[in-house]
Amino acid sequence: MSGRLAGKVALITGAARGIGRAQAVRFAQEGADIIALDICGPVDTVVVPPATPSDLQETVRLVADAGGRVVSEIVDVRDTEAVQAATDRGVDQLGGLDVVCATAGITSRAMAVDLSENAWQTMLDVNLTGVWRTCRATAPHLINRGAGSMILTSSIAGMRGLVGVAHYTAAKHGVVGLMRSLANELAPHNIRVNTVHPTNVDTPMIQNDHVRGAFRPDLERVTREQFGEAARCMNMLPIPWVEPIDVANACLFLASDEARYITAVALPVDAGSTQR
Amino acid sequence: MSGLLDKVAVITGAARGTGRTHCERFADEGADVIALDIPAAATDLGVSAAEVEKRGRRCVTGLADVRDLDALAAAVGAGVAELGRLDVIVANAGIHTAGAAAWELTEDAWRNTLDVNLTGVWHTVKAAVGHLGDDGGSIVIISSTNGLRGTANTAHYTSSKHAVVGLARTLANELGPRRIRVNTVHPGAVATAMTLNEATFRRLRPDLESPTADDVTEVLAARNLLPVPWVDPVDVSNAVVFLASDEARYITGTQLVVDAGLTQKTS
Repeated sequence: MSGRLAGKVALITGAARGIGRAQAVRFAQEGADIIALDICGPVDTVVVPPATPSDLQETVRLVADAGGRVVSEIVDVRDTEAVQAATDRGVDQLGGLDVVCATAGITSRAMAVDLSENAWQTMLDVNLTGVWRTCRATAPHLINRGAGSMILTSSIAGMRGLVGVAHYTAAKHGVVGLMRSLANELAPHNIRVNTVHPTNVDTPMIQNDHVRGAFRPDLERVTREQFGEAARCMNMLPIPWVEPIDVANACLFLASDEARYITAVALPVDAGSTQR
Repeated sequence: MSGLLDKVAVITGAARGTGRTHCERFADEGADVIALDIPAAATDLGVSAAEVEKRGRRCVTGLADVRDLDALAAAVGAGVAELGRLDVIVANAGIHTAGAAAWELTEDAWRNTLDVNLTGVWHTVKAAVGHLGDDGGSIVIISSTNGLRGTANTAHYTSSKHAVVGLARTLANELGPRRIRVNTVHPGAVATAMTLNEATFRRLRPDLESPTADDVTEVLAARNLLPVPWVDPVDVSNAVVFLASDEARYITGTQLVVDAGLTQKTS
């Protein structure tokens, strides 16, 4: 076996599609075995079309094609016991754990003072508490290994405030706080913890009528091209969005030994968006 | 500082600690105060109100838990009805509960801290922002140095205090067109019961049987750039009053650190 993650096992939440799938496939290409977890179903308050069991199966197929062993489970990161059980089963099957990607996340929209209790609480439960649960369930396995790398997917909304997504912004900032605490706590165990901060990524989370409409409220029906023109204005580089692979490559670097002395870092993958 | 005469500020967590000194400093500057805290703090809240009135200003107290949006909205509404306006929102209420490694924190400990320190702040803004007048206003959210960096055994607190920075940054964008400013204040160790208590003393001096504040001053001072072990509550209040005043009329979306250099000390 060769590759930058040869012999390693990586657990990834939100693995059915988008960034999570890209991480799973990219890591497998570099020799890793994968524990792929996803809710594969709808979340209350979220209007983006949900991931499905067949999405997760497609991830499994792609990982296997890349030469990786893979176990997958349908798990909601809001379910503490299920996350722990799936983690333990996966680790048992694949013989350990080295890398954790807390990638599962949702989006919904409303101005801060108009958000419903349910939208606010659901957002925190998934995008912040779900990340903590993932870390809590996996940390003992990394400690047991005596080394490891955790990569938490935040957002440019983890570095600056975006209009209409106060709950998302608060949760994504919260993830940075969690990362910084975990980095301090786990450093003695040779475990690194970092966040990545993507700008818009070309995934179903943004490529839907709901998000496109928010970018172009002037239009009745927004095309991919029209959305792209508006989204381009957020970025410094002349691109409308980054691809899932760009985020996966940053995570691969952080997961690999090339980053063995990098911890507690917030790495933007944002086309310069936060510096604009 | 300019611009606070005859203005009205609502302050949560107003019964004790920095909440008490916020009340006193706003009254010093000529503002009236809507002082809110949980029912269990009613007696202390009465003392805060007396301090405001001693300074010749009016104070309306309200007993509301920031976790209870309806109760909060009712208390803010009653205060505004009595004092006639609202100009400043100080989201100060917070808790700092016993720590543990992130993966050992209980579901309850995590949830309680987020409910009070994060959702409570959002509730405060949600309940009060509609009362701010056409000439704008100032929202000050109390975060912590743990809103800027992580420390071991505080994942719940650190996450909540980072999260309010995200909330503030979003609110600053959303409310800027209405001339409402939103900033966070980040105290280091403050000389209040939240920091100076037996649990802290024992954590900092595990070598002593029953350590006191005197026993931890050197340890705390060693963490700071300035030769002081902690800041006083009034130092935090002075920063809050500055941000609320016209002297800061073009300051929004910022994080103001009041920590004796704690977060900048690297060795």
